[in-house]
Amino acid sequence: MSQVQNTLDQNETPQTEAPKPISPFRQQMREFWFYFSENKGAVAGLFFFLFVVLVAVFADVIAPHSPIEQYRDFILIPPAWQEGGNAEFLLGTDPVGRDLLSRLMHGARFSLYAGCIVIVISLSIGVMLGLSAGFFRGMYETIVMRVMDVILSIPSLLMALVLVAILGPGLRNAMIAISITYLPHYVRLARASAVAESARDYVTASRVAGAGTWRLMCITILPNCMAPLIVQASLSFSTAILDTAALGFLGMGAQPPASEWGTMLAEAREFILSAWWVVTFPGVAILLTVLSINLMGDGLRDALDPKMKRS
Amino acid sequence: MIRFILTKLGLLIPTFLGVTLVAFSFIRMLPGDPVELLAGERGVSPERHAELMATLGFDKPLWEQYFSFLVGILHGDLGTSFSSKQPVLEEFFVRFPATIELATCAIIFAALIGLPAGIVAAVKRGSAFDHTLMGISLTGYSMPIFWWGLLLIILFSSPDMLNLTPVSGRISALFWVDTQTGFMLIDSLLSDEKGAFKSAAAHLVLPTIVLGTIPMAIIARQTRSAMLEILGEDYVRTAKAKGLSPFRIVGIHALRNALITVITVIGLQVGVLLAGAILTETIFSWPGIGKWMIDSISRRDYFAVQGGIVLIASIVMLVNLLVDFMYGLINPRILHRRS
Repeated sequence: MSQVQNTLDQNETPQTEAPKPISPFRQQMREFWFYFSENKGAVAGLFFFLFVVLVAVFADVIAPHSPIEQYRDFILIPPAWQEGGNAEFLLGTDPVGRDLLSRLMHGARFSLYAGCIVIVISLSIGVMLGLSAGFFRGMYETIVMRVMDVILSIPSLLMALVLVAILGPGLRNAMIAISITYLPHYVRLARASAVAESARDYVTASRVAGAGTWRLMCITILPNCMAPLIVQASLSFSTAILDTAALGFLGMGAQPPASEWGTMLAEAREFILSAWWVVTFPGVAILLTVLSINLMGDGLRDALDPKMKRS
Repeated sequence: MIRFILTKLGLLIPTFLGVTLVAFSFIRMLPGDPVELLAGERGVSPERHAELMATLGFDKPLWEQYFSFLVGILHGDLGTSFSSKQPVLEEFFVRFPATIELATCAIIFAALIGLPAGIVAAVKRGSAFDHTLMGISLTGYSMPIFWWGLLLIILFSSPDMLNLTPVSGRISALFWVDTQTGFMLIDSLLSDEKGAFKSAAAHLVLPTIVLGTIPMAIIARQTRSAMLEILGEDYVRTAKAKGLSPFRIVGIHALRNALITVITVIGLQVGVLLAGAILTETIFSWPGIGKWMIDSISRRDYFAVQGGIVLIASIVMLVNLLVDFMYGLINPRILHRRS
């Protein structure tokens, strides 16, 4: 790590005459941005993702229509540039006359929200389970890891479907179900890092200095396990959006009239041969959002994972 | 070697017991009463209700129910499906070949394209081809496959567009093919009907592409990174210094070692394939286990869901075991380290 910083400093000194002392956090951020911005795709992904976030936040203001208002005189209007299109409905309308563009804009909220919640739940529970398993070892570790093996051996979508069937369909339950299926990845990563880190000298030093269990786990060890966890979180953010949409598509996620992208696709399925736009646009929205997050994830891995760093 | 397999098998037992416990408790947590579901809208008298609960075994204490479930599994008895009144195991194996056929085609498709693409991208690292290919594979990896299927249907099957491939099922209704192996491609070849094989193959095209897309992207990416790592090794440089042709270096020296990673990756796609099969089979009305599971869940077919989870998880576990085993076979270092 220090080597990397040295080369960085050498690169930067010629540009700034007398480098001011900067805080370690800013130094870290600068190093992070240095590696992240080397990956052009990642930067493009970041910008598109910020765009989606802005659309989701300001959907109420920028959407031309309400996402649930039905314009009964304008049913299945094609996009504005096609014959029969109407400039008022830029991307056309759906089978009950709702504006597609407005629905897509509001749909961004559901997807981002679901992605965030799934990460928060699975990351926090997974890290706690994994850290404690790696820290305490013994019987507790065996039980936790075997339970994770069980979850891993059932395909995630099947597991999520059965869980949603138990909890009842809906966005909230879909998010809980998806979070559970993502747990094992975090538990395994956190446990592996915790096991590796607790043998290191600085942990022993901290223990000798009288640090308590909680402090050792969360303040001494955890920050040094974060890099792979952040990369995993960025990966599962995109898969969480895909899985939420898949559950919506199967009728087990967000329920109509919610404009969740997967649910929109499910409603549009029967019009696939007559009105291509109701099927195409929600899918494009999912694909582009997920792609931008995955591009960002690649950049994050380049910037954070020391093993992947080019020497 | 035998010890290696036995240890691995031993590790599977607690996981398998865990899966049975999860499947067992899941269906008992499902809302609704099994007997009322069976009776449907007609309703059922309290006496008959109690009688049915007793025949289904729902009146016994939970641990006793679980125990008889386990004993049933050991005897190959997973209960009877509510909706079809057939044994769950039979239901499963009637549909299983359809899924296997689809998944096999998908993984072959994925490997046939993903492997060479990844190798070429690694050899021509940094080239336009490399960048394009990695862009495509990341797009494939980000693909919502349920939408991808619909899009392909619009492109290939819509009468306005190409109108090339059929949209649903395994074979055209015009043909009647006897079930011999359960694999439609083989059965249709064996049958005398002309054009049956062509019809079966045409039905497979779109589902194969849809199901194979994500594994293909993963295989291409992993092959590329595995090859990149190996092309930087000393023995590759030695081979170059000896004057071997680039074809021989990449094709024989490097690829052999890269395959260790790649085979593991392909093996790990089984879970992805089975999850993807649920979506793919739903879109294309493919009569496999994915569609069966979805239908059983929505019909609250308790025993079918319970048995299905156990069977699918067992397949995933067995394939993972097989991958471990293959891994040891290709890379003897792993076996030697353990023993």
